[in-house]
Amino acid sequence: MIISLSGTTSAEISAELLRARRSAGSPAQGMVLTLIIVCDESEYAGAMEASMAAGREHPSRILLVVTAGGRIASLDAEVHIGERTPGEVVVIRMRGAVAAHPASVIRPLLLPDSPVVIWWPGKVPRKQASDELAQLAMRRLTDAAASGRPLMALKARAADYTPGDTDLSWTRLTPWRALLAAALDQYPAKIKAVVVESERNNPSADLLASWLHNRLKVEATRQVSEGPGLTAVRMTTASGDIAITRPDGLLASYAVPGQPERLVALKRRDVTDLISEELRRMDDDGVYERTVKSLLDSEGQLGGKSRAKTGKKATGKKANSSRKIAKRARRL
Amino acid sequence: MITVMRPNPLRDPHDRRLPRIAGPCVLVIFGVTGDLSTKKLMPAVYDLANRGLLPPGFALVGFARRDWAHHDFAKIVHEAVKQHARTPFREEVWRQLSEGIRFVPGEIGNEEAFSNLAETIVDLDEARGTGGNHAFYLSIPPGLFQTVIDQLRSHGLAEEHPGRWSRVVIEKPFGHNLESARELNRIVSSVFPASSVFRIDHYLGKETVQNMMALRFANQLFEPVWNNNYVDHVQITMAEDVGIGGRAGYFDGIGIARDVIQNHLLQLLALTTMEEPNSFEASQLRVEKQKVLAAARPPTRMDLYTARGAYAGGWAGGEKVKGYLEEARIPPDSRTETYAAIRLDIDNRRWAGVPFYLRTGKRLARRVTEIALGFKRAPHLPFSETDTEELGYNAIVLRIQPDEGVTLRFGAKVPGTQMEIREVNMDFAYGGSFTESSPEAYERLILDVLLGDPPLFPQHEEVELSWAILDPILDYWASLPEQPEPYAPGSWGPGCADLMLARDGFSWRRP
Repeated sequence: MIISLSGTTSAEISAELLRARRSAGSPAQGMVLTLIIVCDESEYAGAMEASMAAGREHPSRILLVVTAGGRIASLDAEVHIGERTPGEVVVIRMRGAVAAHPASVIRPLLLPDSPVVIWWPGKVPRKQASDELAQLAMRRLTDAAASGRPLMALKARAADYTPGDTDLSWTRLTPWRALLAAALDQYPAKIKAVVVESERNNPSADLLASWLHNRLKVEATRQVSEGPGLTAVRMTTASGDIAITRPDGLLASYAVPGQPERLVALKRRDVTDLISEELRRMDDDGVYERTVKSLLDSEGQLGGKSRAKTGKKATGKKANSSRKIAKRARRL
Repeated sequence: MITVMRPNPLRDPHDRRLPRIAGPCVLVIFGVTGDLSTKKLMPAVYDLANRGLLPPGFALVGFARRDWAHHDFAKIVHEAVKQHARTPFREEVWRQLSEGIRFVPGEIGNEEAFSNLAETIVDLDEARGTGGNHAFYLSIPPGLFQTVIDQLRSHGLAEEHPGRWSRVVIEKPFGHNLESARELNRIVSSVFPASSVFRIDHYLGKETVQNMMALRFANQLFEPVWNNNYVDHVQITMAEDVGIGGRAGYFDGIGIARDVIQNHLLQLLALTTMEEPNSFEASQLRVEKQKVLAAARPPTRMDLYTARGAYAGGWAGGEKVKGYLEEARIPPDSRTETYAAIRLDIDNRRWAGVPFYLRTGKRLARRVTEIALGFKRAPHLPFSETDTEELGYNAIVLRIQPDEGVTLRFGAKVPGTQMEIREVNMDFAYGGSFTESSPEAYERLILDVLLGDPPLFPQHEEVELSWAILDPILDYWASLPEQPEPYAPGSWGPGCADLMLARDGFSWRRP
């Protein structure tokens, strides 16, 4: 059922949730977490769809916070119960001054004791770590790929990283990383160099290069291809390349020196899959932390220019600004 | 090839997102035309591939008495996958899988067929880079094991080479009594070392069975009452609502006690009652299970504490059904039981004095598997007798299937002015909190075979201990001149089973 409340308060929303749950025969008892989704009207439809799907895997109370400006403060809500998802979905629209104090509305609506996860499908608050809603959550999900300047967005994430943060561009890499690790299980050769190939402006490729660089202690070069997304990873060994190439975003070929080339399914995953993977773990991801932070200080190496190792911050910054200029030029 | 082993720099114990992917290997299925193979094994292989857990170099070889070419077999697999797989069908996953599908036609006793098989496998090792790693899944009657195992040996398919593995997977029944279980083990272990023999008990692959260990050993709440100070009896039930169906040939003469109690119920008993293992390493887990199975003993008065029955004809769940003795190919004087209930006692400090009632049957009211721990009543009730009239006993029920979860039963006050106390349920539904569709038991088990990870597979010691518990009961039943007591289909079993509990002052829970 869907219940609309206009000009409402948190207490009324709570009461309505309880009433709706009772009359539907307590369908949502086993909810394991509260998922807060923050978006604007333009991102609303997509976020709703993804949250419904995520709710099917992890029954939760989903609070969809839609904020808008305006002079008049207003709070409207829509309670969905027993609608295609085992949990509860509440769409909360805040306008005007209320929108400036979203935590005051959300705090009374959190489930007792269980974890709180916040997800920004699109725009992320500038100072994420000090954001009111972000502070309610123990896990914070962002998506750099949704930003116009993904690498910049990732770096901003890295700069104010708080334990519990993850970016979906990291989640997208799990199948790639699993396959690469399995390749080295089977063929434990010393890796001399790594090339990561992707379409332009792909934050996942930046993270993958950074991860490989951190783990293998070799230079990881980025190359640009037509896409879609990540298209290849090549790890050079003494007797040839370990290569995984995926030109169509669907089926990859897998080659290891001295062995026949084989096919492996490596489909680009949709947001629902990514959110479900994220909701499986509530602890912070230290590997992601190290990977994303090293984007800040090893820019030159990962940027695709065959520059010598740039460990110092100063050169890092320089590389950074020169990259900005290059990007602007590209835009023109 | 590189032979020096060094740690993989891409693996980090803190990196918990990375799944373990099996190494390249060939899975050979004997008896590939059977029901199990099409309904469970092939879909499980596809689901594993779809979840990205199979290596790029994976090959599936079918062996059966059919005049098929590789592509005919691929078509069979394709259909099985489309119909029965858990995860959605995706063309690119199928392409990855179908590259490695082969079929070898022939009789199990035929030399040429096995030479063909050996050749196919060697070809695959070349073409798919499977590196000499082979798993043989024997989905065939145990009578044929000897022949297959001999053939594997004589064609050099079971040889141990460093850096490669050969494993054999067998399904229940693991024999039909202690002696035959030992014989079976002798046959299999003559060629494969114990660590390469994987006995599949698909129950142990179920998420909820593994959750039992989480419930017991990850919580502080339950362990203090998990003993004879608080528990006064335990009921383990596995009920089916169907009859024997087309399995007359297999079932008659075997009976449900051999089919279900020996493996599933005794494994559930062991997991419920074992002490905490030092770790979840296979060897540690096995030690604890063996200890408790060795302490379990069958009743001394078999006439009082065992019960058996066979379903009669009648109406069950709105359908008219035949009785066991009227089923096709069942002799009218058959003494095979379709319902069995036994009492076991465990002689150790934790459980002495607590009776364990195990029951299983076909054509019962509904399909359900559960373990119910019944607690003693409170030593003193500060209420009047009429207040607590409707109060039963506290219970923890571990629901294994179908509606997986845990139920806690306790007394609560009925709203109103009078003090009246009634039993209520507190329910945790596994599916409610984790609806992420959980992997099929076979997915987990096949992956574990390919990874060589043995904790979920019983070894022959456990199998032999279970038979040692069951054998005296089976012998006693065989010595009885009469047929098992008939019970109405769709009921909860014969009257003698109710009597058996009534003797101890208990009654069966309605699951």
